[in-house]
Amino acid sequence: MSTESRVIVQPTHLTLILQRLSEELLERHPGFHNTVLIGLQPRGVFFLNRLTTVLQARISGLSGEMAVVGDASDAGLNGDAHVNMPAQGALDVTFYRDDFRHRTEPLSAHATQLPFSLEGKKVVLVDDVLFTGRTIRAGLDALLDFGRPNRVELMVLVSRRFRQEFPIHPDYYGIEVNTHDDERVRVCWDEPDGAQITLIKSNG
Amino acid sequence: MKALSHPNLISIRDLSAQEIELVFFTADHFKEVINRPIKKVPSLRDTTIANLFFESSTRTRLSFELAEKRLSADVVNFSASGSSVSKGETLIDTVRNILAMKVDMVVMRHPDAGACQFLTRHIDCPIVNAGDGAHEHPTQALLDAFSIREKMGSVQGKRVAIFGDILHSRVALSNIFCLKALGAEVMLCGPATLMPRGIEELGVGVTNKVREALEWCDVANVLRIQLERQQTRYFPSLREYTREFGINRKVLDEIKKEIVIMHPGPINRGVELSSDVADSGRSIILQQVENGVAIRMAVLYLLATRPQLIE
Repeated sequence: MSTESRVIVQPTHLTLILQRLSEELLERHPGFHNTVLIGLQPRGVFFLNRLTTVLQARISGLSGEMAVVGDASDAGLNGDAHVNMPAQGALDVTFYRDDFRHRTEPLSAHATQLPFSLEGKKVVLVDDVLFTGRTIRAGLDALLDFGRPNRVELMVLVSRRFRQEFPIHPDYYGIEVNTHDDERVRVCWDEPDGAQITLIKSNG
Repeated sequence: MKALSHPNLISIRDLSAQEIELVFFTADHFKEVINRPIKKVPSLRDTTIANLFFESSTRTRLSFELAEKRLSADVVNFSASGSSVSKGETLIDTVRNILAMKVDMVVMRHPDAGACQFLTRHIDCPIVNAGDGAHEHPTQALLDAFSIREKMGSVQGKRVAIFGDILHSRVALSNIFCLKALGAEVMLCGPATLMPRGIEELGVGVTNKVREALEWCDVANVLRIQLERQQTRYFPSLREYTREFGINRKVLDEIKKEIVIMHPGPINRGVELSSDVADSGRSIILQQVENGVAIRMAVLYLLATRPQLIE
């Protein structure tokens, strides 16, 4: 079986997407007071790490702007100048999946690290590619075993259309792509000239 | 290595070193799960497991049952006393009847060596050996090695001495296979009457001097004297056994190093192990029990989710 691959998002474009997603997060979570970002193991965590770097730079820039404004009490977002980095965690959903008996390759587990309580938090689940929605379904179940968050949102880098098997849609997404079942979308974070997104098509 | 090659776990020799590592790696994740506020995952909610205990057990039985419940499996328990076994039903008939009620996996303890192996030839579902006579107790060996790995970083190159009644001990045999597979050195120490003839063939050291074994080892795994399996007298009296082979604070203080003390339970306090040693900081006996649940979760999970089970 041969495969052909095509880059659908170039490194420069991906940087812009990460910046836009950070802005959207900042806008919808004023000050990040009660917000936690949770990456789904393993690839959602790579995405979250990259996003965190961009967000961190943006937040440092923001405190600089506020210092220029002077009086911090009436500057900033929604009257509150202080923007903290939201806490980050990693969630493994292997033991919550419903499809392990339908695979030819067994799944291997990864570490779950949630060093905070979820009680009353606003959680943003972060994954790289949304396809059937089954991983996110498992992620929601896994998440609720750790407590009762106030709200759960979903951020994905790539949303693949036409094959969603559950009523699950992202609140934030990088790009939407139209794909066939025999295609795969791969986000490569360690390319020499920066991260890029590739569409891989199997022939035969 | 992502899956087990055997559908059953009868003997440690069913597992390669990589497969043992896979069990440990999976157990690491389950150990995190059982320390959560909600200590369970839904992985095996479609699986029914029968625990068939033809011989009495507290720890192993509870440990398997908790492991099954924390994987969300449905559990049925069976013990030989008060069952049709006392009316003369054969092992195969008993198990076939239980499987006819749509049970997917069997965990079995039996007083006869080879009972699990025998069963694999007659029934078609995964079987986990929870101890068969004086033959093997594979999950105990896995949790012992897992506890050594947790305490000392790795098993490779460590020196483990096993003390006591080697002849009647399934734990000793499984431990030898498991520790040797993982690259540890093993020495056995006990009265000559309780040392199986030819055991050196397995590549282990043998001694009957407790002091010598203690000075050699990093870890001392102390076994119980299994009086219920001893039809003849292998030593003059328990008191004499304790004097010659019992491990106490005084003996440990005489050797100039820190040794990790293990015991598979149940302890005969004051016989093979004194209370002050069993309850001391160098004993990891209760960690072994905690790790037992995680190890059994890993074994059941890996056997139940083997890709070969796909129809």
